[in-house]
Amino acid sequence: MSADRRAPLPLGSRPPVLEMTGVDKTFAGDVVALKRMSLTVNEGDFISLLGPSGCGKSTALRLISNLMHPTSGRITWAGGRSSAGGTDDLGMVFQEPTLMPWATVAQNVWLPFRIRGQSYAAVRDRVEETLRLVGLDAFLHAYPRELSGGMKMRVAIARALVTNPRLILMDEPFAALDEITRHRLNHDLLALKEKIGCTVIFVTHSVFESVFLSDRIMVMAARPGRVVREMVVDAPYPRDEAFRTSAAYAALCRATSDALHEAMGETA
Amino acid sequence: MSAAEQGAPLAASGSVVDAEEAARARARRREKIGKWLMPVLVMVVLLVAWDRVVVWNDIPHYILPGPGLVLQTLVKDWATLLPSLVVTLKITLMALAVAVIGGVGLAVLFTQSRWLEMSFYPYAVILQVTPVVAIAPLIFIYVSNRTVGLLLCAWLVAFFPVLANTTLGLNSADHNLRDLMRIYGATRWQKLRYLQLPSALPYFLGGLRIAGGLALIGAVVSEYVAGTGGIGSGLAFRILEAGYRLNIPRMFAALLLIALTGVVIFAALSFLSHRLLYKWHESAVKRET
Repeated sequence: MSADRRAPLPLGSRPPVLEMTGVDKTFAGDVVALKRMSLTVNEGDFISLLGPSGCGKSTALRLISNLMHPTSGRITWAGGRSSAGGTDDLGMVFQEPTLMPWATVAQNVWLPFRIRGQSYAAVRDRVEETLRLVGLDAFLHAYPRELSGGMKMRVAIARALVTNPRLILMDEPFAALDEITRHRLNHDLLALKEKIGCTVIFVTHSVFESVFLSDRIMVMAARPGRVVREMVVDAPYPRDEAFRTSAAYAALCRATSDALHEAMGETA
Repeated sequence: MSAAEQGAPLAASGSVVDAEEAARARARRREKIGKWLMPVLVMVVLLVAWDRVVVWNDIPHYILPGPGLVLQTLVKDWATLLPSLVVTLKITLMALAVAVIGGVGLAVLFTQSRWLEMSFYPYAVILQVTPVVAIAPLIFIYVSNRTVGLLLCAWLVAFFPVLANTTLGLNSADHNLRDLMRIYGATRWQKLRYLQLPSALPYFLGGLRIAGGLALIGAVVSEYVAGTGGIGSGLAFRILEAGYRLNIPRMFAALLLIALTGVVIFAALSFLSHRLLYKWHESAVKRET
């Protein structure tokens, strides 16, 4: 890869959103959370960070979202900016739905606009449209406690999407859900991506999930946290139930699983 | 989806209820009635017992008046007691209002600055743990206005639960939501307004309910200390005065009024709390199962 960050990037047809170059993060007590991580995210990418606990997946997300700063190395956003610029750049989905229990579904999704200083009336159409995308337009005025776990997660996804940010970060969003809901949301997430072409970095423990969803998988290892392999999932979108049962999917899962075991073996 | 699915089939076919469910429904109904009936029953029994003890033993009214006489006195002395009730109530409510303003204000300042909290929180605790009866005489030496003195005493007792609970509430906002606020570039004010204050609301309301009772206690106790009577005296002074004159029925009547005031304040604050929380907070949500 070219040393000059302004040079055209390899996947030239799609403009880059974000580039991490040699990013290190060391915590107090010389704990190396992340070592020399480099990653180029292009528009429309669906990238999974896959690895065991302590491999620096969440640290990477915190660095990208500007909640932490790299010890060394560089994170560059499109246009040469060095940090994320709020609601235009980022949407975030956590492992828990992380909704405000005192606010209705619509008010929760309004939050990023509200922080920008936009009244609900000004963005009502966009909020309702986004909730329609995740299939919750009938629940605008419901409170989070009235919703199931999967529905709450859909609200969280709608909140991340609503400002149409350049990049959406998802930190094991479906890990706490049951298998059936999880499958359903995997499908819906892909359908959503087809429809609106968002760019996603997705942290997961699950080989199957990462292969089903992503076009690239960064396999990571712990102590020190680092990327050990980059797998390209060479299967066209849209992917459906047929893909989940295909030989190609099985082979990709096996290869990814092997890479993950190799990564964990190194540190054992 | 799921919420509707769970409740619907049972409600739709209400006639088909098995024996166990029917028994549970009966138990629930009984409990609902009992919740009101039992305390009333206990009160009636106690009042009758009180009355009988007084009558059967010929206890003179200047030692223990019967419940009937207390009630009579309450009606007869209403013209004296009502203005006193108004005075006590005014002090109590004003103290509560100042406790809310002071408690919430300090809590917000504390969460905005770690240094402020570290510097002043210990003194808030010292003020709280020192009995108000011990401070009150000093306050009445330095504060010449009686109302201001009473208010200050009542406030001292009432503000701490508001401060402590609100501080706890402001600090217990969800960590991921805090991160989200930072990611979205929210200002300090937005974080407070959109996240921390709503998070603190249930805690604040819990503190408020305690403070309501304490404000009344503070108002009564400080009036005992302040002592000076005449026009503009509260219920506590009426009790003292009636005690000097061995007017025991009036003591009971004033005591009854104070107790009722406390109950009304508690009920009003509980109602307020329910109104503000019933839509979303676990403490106010009725379980269907």
